[in-house]
Amino acid sequence: MLVYLIRRLLQSVAVLLVMSVLVFVGVFAIGDPVEILINPQADQAEIARARAALGLDQPLWRQYALFVVNAATGDLGRSFVHNVPAIDLILQRMPATLELAVTATLFGVLLGVPLGLLAGLRPQSRIGKSIMAGSILGFSLPTFWVGLMLIMVFAVQLGWLPSTGRGETRRVLGIDLSILTLDGLRHIVLPALNLALFKLSLVIRLSRAGTREVVLQDYVKFARAKGLAQRRVVWVHVFKNIMIPIVTVLGLELGSTIAFAVVTETIFAWPGMGKLIIDSINLLDRPVVVAYLMVVVFMFILINLAVDLAYSVLDPRVRLSEVKG
Amino acid sequence: MTANQPTLSVESLRTHFFTRAGVLKAVDDVSFTVSAGQVLGLVGESGSGKTVTGFSVIGLVDPPGRIVGGRVLFKGEDLVGAGEERLRRLRGDRVAMIFQDPMMTLNPVLRVDTQMIETILAHDPAVGRSAAMERARDALGRVGIPSPDERLRAYPHQFSGGMRQRVAIAIALLNRPDLIIADEPTTALDVTIQGQILYEVQKLCRETGAALIWITHDLSVIAGLADTVCVMYAGRIVESGTVDDVLDRPQHPYTAGLIGSVPSRNRRGVKLAQIPGMTPSLLSLPPGCAFRARCARADDACLAEPPLVIPSPGRGLRCFHPQADAR
Repeated sequence: MLVYLIRRLLQSVAVLLVMSVLVFVGVFAIGDPVEILINPQADQAEIARARAALGLDQPLWRQYALFVVNAATGDLGRSFVHNVPAIDLILQRMPATLELAVTATLFGVLLGVPLGLLAGLRPQSRIGKSIMAGSILGFSLPTFWVGLMLIMVFAVQLGWLPSTGRGETRRVLGIDLSILTLDGLRHIVLPALNLALFKLSLVIRLSRAGTREVVLQDYVKFARAKGLAQRRVVWVHVFKNIMIPIVTVLGLELGSTIAFAVVTETIFAWPGMGKLIIDSINLLDRPVVVAYLMVVVFMFILINLAVDLAYSVLDPRVRLSEVKG
Repeated sequence: MTANQPTLSVESLRTHFFTRAGVLKAVDDVSFTVSAGQVLGLVGESGSGKTVTGFSVIGLVDPPGRIVGGRVLFKGEDLVGAGEERLRRLRGDRVAMIFQDPMMTLNPVLRVDTQMIETILAHDPAVGRSAAMERARDALGRVGIPSPDERLRAYPHQFSGGMRQRVAIAIALLNRPDLIIADEPTTALDVTIQGQILYEVQKLCRETGAALIWITHDLSVIAGLADTVCVMYAGRIVESGTVDDVLDRPQHPYTAGLIGSVPSRNRRGVKLAQIPGMTPSLLSLPPGCAFRARCARADDACLAEPPLVIPSPGRGLRCFHPQADAR
């Protein structure tokens, strides 16, 4: 088990290295940030000075080598634009995004699994068909449009919920969280729902497909032949078997939600990382972009590791350790 | 309830499947009885309705299938039309079922003890976990699983096929049922294991006095195990009687054909007899005797439905041209 964990972490270091090279070269290829950052009236000497100050006069390989050396000590560089450590910028915004992504994923699971089970158990009924039709809508409606509609209906017309910002937050272990205050909860409902819509549809489809497959298995019939109540057959025998694929997909989904909640964050003016990365790309603020992607990659790795660990809990046939590469 | 009342008495049971392609009469006018301590063999080819008969008894026919007629009298109580909760209470408690494929009957993600204990607690929540655990362990020991204490905590994939079937049998016997329906429980197993399982089930049934319905396509299994036998063909029982009588003096040409196609030491080197043709599709059954097309004795009389006749006490037969006594 320990060996397995260590090996996984070593792999992740390799992934991080490859990732950083790609981003470094990519941003370098797009253009010179100095041309965007500096006053257009500046003369050649001033530009050269600025370039030297940012370290951009060095050849690319040296810039990268310097980055790696610093990164090893935890320094991912200073933002060209804000002149503060890039990692601070990101960490400052991260709780908001994490909170939003996790809440959205919870919405997706807590609503999606029961709805999918219901649709899978009664595929021919009206309710089953309505759930599936709803999930198709959830897949096909564009996020930004749904977000605008949510604001229109719940914030503007009905006035039930606020449409922008995080509301009141409470600090726990040095992290500001909205979900701990009533006002914050009211603020997170709409953006989380908006972000959850796609996931919800996905989970519904996965659970329905899984349920339809599992209920045909002999072990479900055997469970019924043992005289178990329908409730136990569904929530123990079927549920545990359909969760395996759902956990996989949700792990990946959670990662991409954290990384790319941009649209929802923009519409609801949610002060998360999405806005930061878009601005940084526009300004070619390489340290922030690189640091951001490093953080995201690291998070993906952690989530995947968590998914693999969850497997071994859910499916006794999966053993970590040895063979797997 | 009288002393002589059979444990199970099935009367004119009809289970039909309403598919898009038409109505499929999987079980059509089937009647039989089993008494406590008795073994009934239900024999037939694949698709003859044996399994559906078994599921009909415990009310587990899945849609589009439905019991459309007849009665299933379990100790005098008609289970056709009984409420779902009543059926649930009987299933696994008074009537247990063992399935064909042991690799599929145990839930892969639940430990064996979970799957055993839930069977006890579903019928008697008052037992308590530790007492239930003890009963589960004893049950595993009874079916011949070594070191049951450890095996309780194992998952199904850690067992071999034969061991899994023993676990399934242990689960079926947990609540000491009055009736056990065994649906080809040895078909998927090695021949050596088959013999062991047969022996175990027979022994356990004798000990508990349960009635046993053994569904199989294998006549040789029936010969050593059953007291009475029903031969099914295309959803109907074409011949029934005590096992010795039917196997020694088959009267229906189909039964005779089945017996003739079992390899035997006395006929070594002789070409094995077989029944020509194949089982008809239940969707397009011709009128009259369903075996007509494959039968050497068929004539115009067989275009009509053969009625059930009782050629001698304890025998039942649906044939216009029974074989007199020949083999």
